[in-house]
Amino acid sequence: MDIFTQQLINGLVLGSIYALVALGYTMVYGILELINFAHGEVTMIGAMVALTVIGVLMGVAPDLPGLMVVFGGLLIAIPACMALAFGIEKIAYRPLRRAPRLAPLITAIGVSIILQNLAMLVWGRQYVSFPPILPRGQHEILGAHITDLQIFIVVLSFSLMAGLWLLVERTRLGRAMRATAQSREVAELMGVNVDRVISATFVIGAAIAAIAGVMVSAYYGLAHYYMGFMLGLKAFSAAVLGGIGNIAGAMLGGLLLGVIEALGAGYIGDITGGFLGSHYQDVFAFFVLILVLVFRPSGLLGERVASRA
Amino acid sequence: MSLLSVRGLKVAYGGIQAVRGIDFEVAEGELVCLIGANGAGKSSTLKGVMGLAHPHGEVLFAGERLHKLPTHAIACLGLALVPEGRGIFGRLTVAENLDMGAYTRNDKVGVQADLSRAYELFPRLAERRGQLAGTLSGGEQQMLAIARALMGRPRLLLLDEPSMGLAPLMVMKIYETIAAIAREGVTILLVEQNANLALRVSQRAYVMESGAITLSGAASDLASDSQVRAAYLGD
Repeated sequence: MDIFTQQLINGLVLGSIYALVALGYTMVYGILELINFAHGEVTMIGAMVALTVIGVLMGVAPDLPGLMVVFGGLLIAIPACMALAFGIEKIAYRPLRRAPRLAPLITAIGVSIILQNLAMLVWGRQYVSFPPILPRGQHEILGAHITDLQIFIVVLSFSLMAGLWLLVERTRLGRAMRATAQSREVAELMGVNVDRVISATFVIGAAIAAIAGVMVSAYYGLAHYYMGFMLGLKAFSAAVLGGIGNIAGAMLGGLLLGVIEALGAGYIGDITGGFLGSHYQDVFAFFVLILVLVFRPSGLLGERVASRA
Repeated sequence: MSLLSVRGLKVAYGGIQAVRGIDFEVAEGELVCLIGANGAGKSSTLKGVMGLAHPHGEVLFAGERLHKLPTHAIACLGLALVPEGRGIFGRLTVAENLDMGAYTRNDKVGVQADLSRAYELFPRLAERRGQLAGTLSGGEQQMLAIARALMGRPRLLLLDEPSMGLAPLMVMKIYETIAAIAREGVTILLVEQNANLALRVSQRAYVMESGAITLSGAASDLASDSQVRAAYLGD
């Protein structure tokens, strides 16, 4: 088996999930210059809600094909996360719109902790496992293995990213979002209801996050009330890596971070002569992030962010 | 009856009273200017009308009470402000900026027609329609800002210092355009430090000084008023 190709595939799969979550961070930052730390938890809630629904569906309709069951979970998890993000913005961030920028940042951390604890109360401290109901075919490609699930994750992620790109670049709402990101005041003068555009930004990001949450839990086979923390941190790093506020940057940053992490995990043992093992993959990813930011503080595709951040 | 009627408008920023209770009117089809020195409260007055600052007092537009409404709702009623410093969206293309001007409209055919007219009025914008607006020169940006405001088919166009920071030749061009827009029947409220220019194109004028209106009348009368000439026209 070719380790390089294998890790590249694993990295692309993981990276496309990071990219989806990173989009939520970058869209909100682009408009509000707010780092929405609760976004990782929204992803976690998406996974948890979907798993609950999947459990119920399997009990009620045991003959339903696995793909349909997961789809059913998504169908509930997506609107649940959208409603959650809508509420978070309205209750926790909107009243602080004119406050110093540190205030909503602290609130975001608070919301994140509240959601973690709520999830712990509802779903418990133990890992919730993702039932093995999805197709488990394996294919050979260039000397490496790729599973049905991996193909599915990559295809769905890229479709979502393309869809979001079209929404932002080609629709009236997308234009209003970009205008609002540049100047809230002038956007208002054009007749844009800026509050509504900001809500839409949160809600769209949350819908994508819900899907990403289900992908992660399906990929690792489990979910946990604390899973949003590391996932959110990595996705945020991916957004910074690509240039926060920049949508293409979030996609690129997510994919890169996933690939770097996977390759790091695959080779770190060889590089350090067995001193560090593959469980140091997180360290590796953040090390590369620091390196990139030292030489390019605004991220790979970012412009003039350094002066704002 | 006047299209815009302002009664006792006050605007304050953090304890500083920028506008101290002013009254003025703009009738349908008129070009009215508000002149005065830097810091007299002219821009704050426009912001007050558009709901960008928290105004006190009464602002009536075609019978609607604007001072209760958020800015986007005011814009939807047909007031378009070209802000000081132009406020174009630098990272949107010229064409996208114009699209934003028509944000509140649903009549695709009418918008298309107005777009062709805007490109006719400003051929430079047509040449650069695919370019990011931030790459335009100052004069071109001012043209874009005015064209964008017109895309909303405003019933009242508010212009804040359209001559600011522009080369003399470009200023002349912008003012020719403003006069042409007024001739087409668009009602305009113009704020300008350059009193000479503003009085030449306007029918009526108000003079503002430290947040209050000190003089008003026909533009031609004010232009020959010795007090105005001494204070604002450099005599």
